[in-house]
Amino acid sequence: MRICAEQRDNVLYVRLNGEMDEYSAALARRDADRLAETYAATSERAIFDLSKVSFMDSTGIGFLIGRYKKFQRYGVPVYVTNPSAGTDRILEMSGVYTLIPKA
Amino acid sequence: MENFMKLEIAALGENESFARSAVAAFALPLSPSLMELSDIKTAVSEAVTNCVVHAYGRETDAGKIRIECRIEKTGFGGTLHIEITDFGRGIDDVEKAIAPFYTTLKGDERSGMGFTIMQTFMDEFSIESEPTKGTVVKMSKRIGMERTAEIPRAEERERVNA
Ligand SMILES: Nc1ncnc2c1ncn2[C@@H]1O[C@H](COP(=O)(O)OP(=O)(O)O)[C@@H](O)[C@H]1O
Ligand SMILES: [Mg+2]
Repeated sequence: MRICAEQRDNVLYVRLNGEMDEYSAALARRDADRLAETYAATSERAIFDLSKVSFMDSTGIGFLIGRYKKFQRYGVPVYVTNPSAGTDRILEMSGVYTLIPKA
Repeated sequence: MENFMKLEIAALGENESFARSAVAAFALPLSPSLMELSDIKTAVSEAVTNCVVHAYGRETDAGKIRIECRIEKTGFGGTLHIEITDFGRGIDDVEKAIAPFYTTLKGDERSGMGFTIMQTFMDEFSIESEPTKGTVVKMSKRIGMERTAEIPRAEERERVNA
């Protein structure tokens, strides 16, 4: 899983690319938290773009909530956008959208 | 003859992707939709990941995971049966373990939604576990049942129209 960020008008776009499972999550977590440390202080909100996520299981729930907590320390709200139909179902049924709304 | 496959892999994280892709590839002759394939991959990923992170723990040598699949042809479609077995520590209280949000590894950003996802994404689900002996998860999914001879799939229509 590759993660890259782009900041535009104080909005941080975090783009995930590839497969998110228990194995790939460790590096993804490290990369996303580095981005948070670099950009959170100058961001009004962060949007996780899932359009390039080719696979995600329940690992994604913990991953997103973990990043939500990280950004929360900087007072930055987190959103998700472009989940696949399967990912959408997982995020919906686990209540992730109550913390991290769809942008 | 009924189609089947049997796979034995080390309970290692790097096999999670291989395992779900292998099962999805085995299901292809049933012409599953992309959504059905995605459901199968997700459910298999949950079961296999549980073997990796819960059954053996990370401290010891990796144990093994057995994956058995079988296709039962029915009418225009069929049913994919999947059995995923580990020989690890087992589960003391299965009812508790399958409850939504229940996890014994809170610190690892685990959600406790693995079993709930398996149950939601597959048509049938059952689990047998014996402490210190291991766990078997059985899941089935009906594929392509709604298709009929009168309503061919898009690619077949294209072939007919060509
Ligand atoms: N193969 C297994 N062997 C032993 N324990 C298991 C196994 N699969 C699941 N469990 C137990 O069931 C709990 C719930 O599993 P699951 O719903 O997948 O959530 P999670 O993996 O996020 O903890 C796990 O936390 C673990 O205690
Ligand atoms: Mg799990």
